[in-house]
Amino acid sequence: MSAPTFQPIPPRPAPTNTEGLLAWLRSNLFGDWKTASSTIILGGLLLWFVPQFLNWSLVSAVWAPDLKACRAAEGFGACWGVVAEKNRLIIFGRYPFEQQWRPLVATLLMLAMLVASCMRPFWKPWLAGAWLAVLVIFFVLMYGNTLGLAKVETDRWGGLPLTILLSALSIVMAFPIALVVALGRRSDLPAIRAFCTIYVELIRGVPLISVLFMASFMFPLFMPQGLTIDVLIRVLVGITLFAAAYLAEVIRGGLQAIPKGQIEAAATLGLSYWQTQRKIVLPQALAMVVPSIVNSFISIFKDTSLVSIVSLYELTGALDMAINADANWKPFKLQGYLFIALIYFIFCFSMSRYSQWVEKQVNISKQR
Amino acid sequence: MSLKSPPKKNKWSWRSQAFRGLVYQLVAIAVIGLMVWFLASNTLYNMRVRGIQSGFDFLSQPAGFSIGESLFPFDSAESYWRAFGVGLSNTLRVAVVGIIFATLLGTLLGVGRFSRNALVRGLCSAYVECFRNIPVLLQLLMWYLVMTEVFPPIQDAWKVGPFFLSKGGVNFPIPVWQAGQAWAAAGLVAGVLLAWAYRLWAKQRFEATGIARSMVWAPMALVVVTGLLGWLVGGAPTVMNMPVKGEFSVENGGALTPEFLAILLGLTIYTAAFIAEVVRSGIASVPAGQGEAAAALGLDRRLEIRLVMLPQALRVIIPPMTNQYLNLTKNSSLAVAIGYPDIVSIANTAMNQTGRAVECIAILMAVYLSISLLTSVLMNWYNARVAIKER
Repeated sequence: MSAPTFQPIPPRPAPTNTEGLLAWLRSNLFGDWKTASSTIILGGLLLWFVPQFLNWSLVSAVWAPDLKACRAAEGFGACWGVVAEKNRLIIFGRYPFEQQWRPLVATLLMLAMLVASCMRPFWKPWLAGAWLAVLVIFFVLMYGNTLGLAKVETDRWGGLPLTILLSALSIVMAFPIALVVALGRRSDLPAIRAFCTIYVELIRGVPLISVLFMASFMFPLFMPQGLTIDVLIRVLVGITLFAAAYLAEVIRGGLQAIPKGQIEAAATLGLSYWQTQRKIVLPQALAMVVPSIVNSFISIFKDTSLVSIVSLYELTGALDMAINADANWKPFKLQGYLFIALIYFIFCFSMSRYSQWVEKQVNISKQR
Repeated sequence: MSLKSPPKKNKWSWRSQAFRGLVYQLVAIAVIGLMVWFLASNTLYNMRVRGIQSGFDFLSQPAGFSIGESLFPFDSAESYWRAFGVGLSNTLRVAVVGIIFATLLGTLLGVGRFSRNALVRGLCSAYVECFRNIPVLLQLLMWYLVMTEVFPPIQDAWKVGPFFLSKGGVNFPIPVWQAGQAWAAAGLVAGVLLAWAYRLWAKQRFEATGIARSMVWAPMALVVVTGLLGWLVGGAPTVMNMPVKGEFSVENGGALTPEFLAILLGLTIYTAAFIAEVVRSGIASVPAGQGEAAAALGLDRRLEIRLVMLPQALRVIIPPMTNQYLNLTKNSSLAVAIGYPDIVSIANTAMNQTGRAVECIAILMAVYLSISLLTSVLMNWYNARVAIKER
């Protein structure tokens, strides 16, 4: 019996390249025959479609407000001339032409305020005061009648400023209502809980358009004789009540995520109900739901397009008005739609990116 | 230090929590009651002053307007009742078809986000980002514009096989009802029953022996085969009502109006983007260890998805999916913007004709509330079936 001799097995081959472009392509596009075939089919479709689209939208497109060139390019090139021709009307609606610097300044101010509200260093109590100031300035700028500014009735407001006003104001006003309703739905008092639940479920069960119909057709009947309220305010109230119900559910989600021990600990410290909510529950709950609040804001921003159905000329309505009034440019309405779709997209997309960023920030403390 | 007994609690003191709660509730009830009374009395007064009649008696009067499309025949001499019925049927038609298509498309897109193919992943996420961030109303208007401007006029409709595409919508062949079709229908019904029985049996066998049988393809094949058999027994009727291009319009066959197509397309595409996100988050919520454990137990990829991943993902998916279905149904109210005669647009017309805004909006809200409640009940029932069985 001989001692076992050591017999080395041949070494394994070195792993094929797992880094770099080629390896990425191999594993992500041409892994097996299924992947490869779908890559080829989809890639072929893209190669066929994308150049055509780029040609239509950029290369062969007419950029100048030149009706003849637009008509000549019809069928193979987009006519962005319609936007060049009508942009002021689309963006500012029927606001008096020579006064349009006012909505521009007001909108920029509001946007700056929105951006500031998105930053953590500004999440301080004085933010509410700043919002109030900005809203007052916004209304003074838009409405005028003071400081040497000419008066502009609300029915001439329109376009992007109106979209931003409706969405920002309704979410800002909805927030306190939503806070109270969310707390009410978790209250121990049955009557208050019932009212809050009925309110939320009632609003969430009906489409926004019926709420807007109510605001524009029924609201005047609700008011005492002789008191007429501007349609803009009525619609604003409608959207606010609508947004508040959805926001209340979002906040309630945050409240439910707070462990009961927190509330019990606060009770042992002798804090009252409101102290507990203000100092213990809400700071944690709200921080948790910031991304969902931003998402509600996005959906309200998109939903403001519905007010064009009750004849307020925000961005969508302003486009309809601008282009339907001019038979020459009417064939190029699709390009107008694409233009405002781009505006909506830029706003909503950046907000959704922001909400994803916040979500990461909120979760940082939970990561190990 | 002497021990003092705590002060005796007075039940009716402001310092008693129960008493305070009672007062708060009474105040809330009083405030809300006053508000309702204020609004109601204003409304009644205003209606009296303006001479507006109230009541639902107008529902039995003739409507006096015709409706572009309906599932059952409607004539302008018929009552408002029936007009609202037509509107409701149109709303439900677009909602049900839209929900089916949006679920299919959304699930495909959501699963596509996990594809091994980078191109598929990228396209799916581009789709979601693109269609989620544009208002649905704008999308509807755009689709409607495409339908009515880009497509050729009805006189020179595009012919694709037996289909006609034009500004007038889509015309397609429909099978003519014959006695033989009844056999096919009977075959289908029998197939569904058989498939159901098969599923019960397969489940029982699975519990008993652990041998998993096909739960999707075999039942589906059963339904198709029995349907075909019935069709053959009935003499294989193939008579179709083909659309024919006439001088001014496309005649015969079935037709879908551009309004219906635009709203169906818009709602499907918009909601599918949200459903894709719901499906993606549901799948992502299943820990990777579950799949690995299934593989370690020797399940192949298909069984792993069916028995391990899907049941866990469904639990996360169903509640937000319910919300998306409700959203789609509620968004179908935007049909009023493009002239599809859904219940909102019927209510709008009725409101303008009779001036009874309160009643019409009340009907509208009642209808949507009942649809919402019904959908919630159905989905909650399904959710209870897939939820974790806890003791």
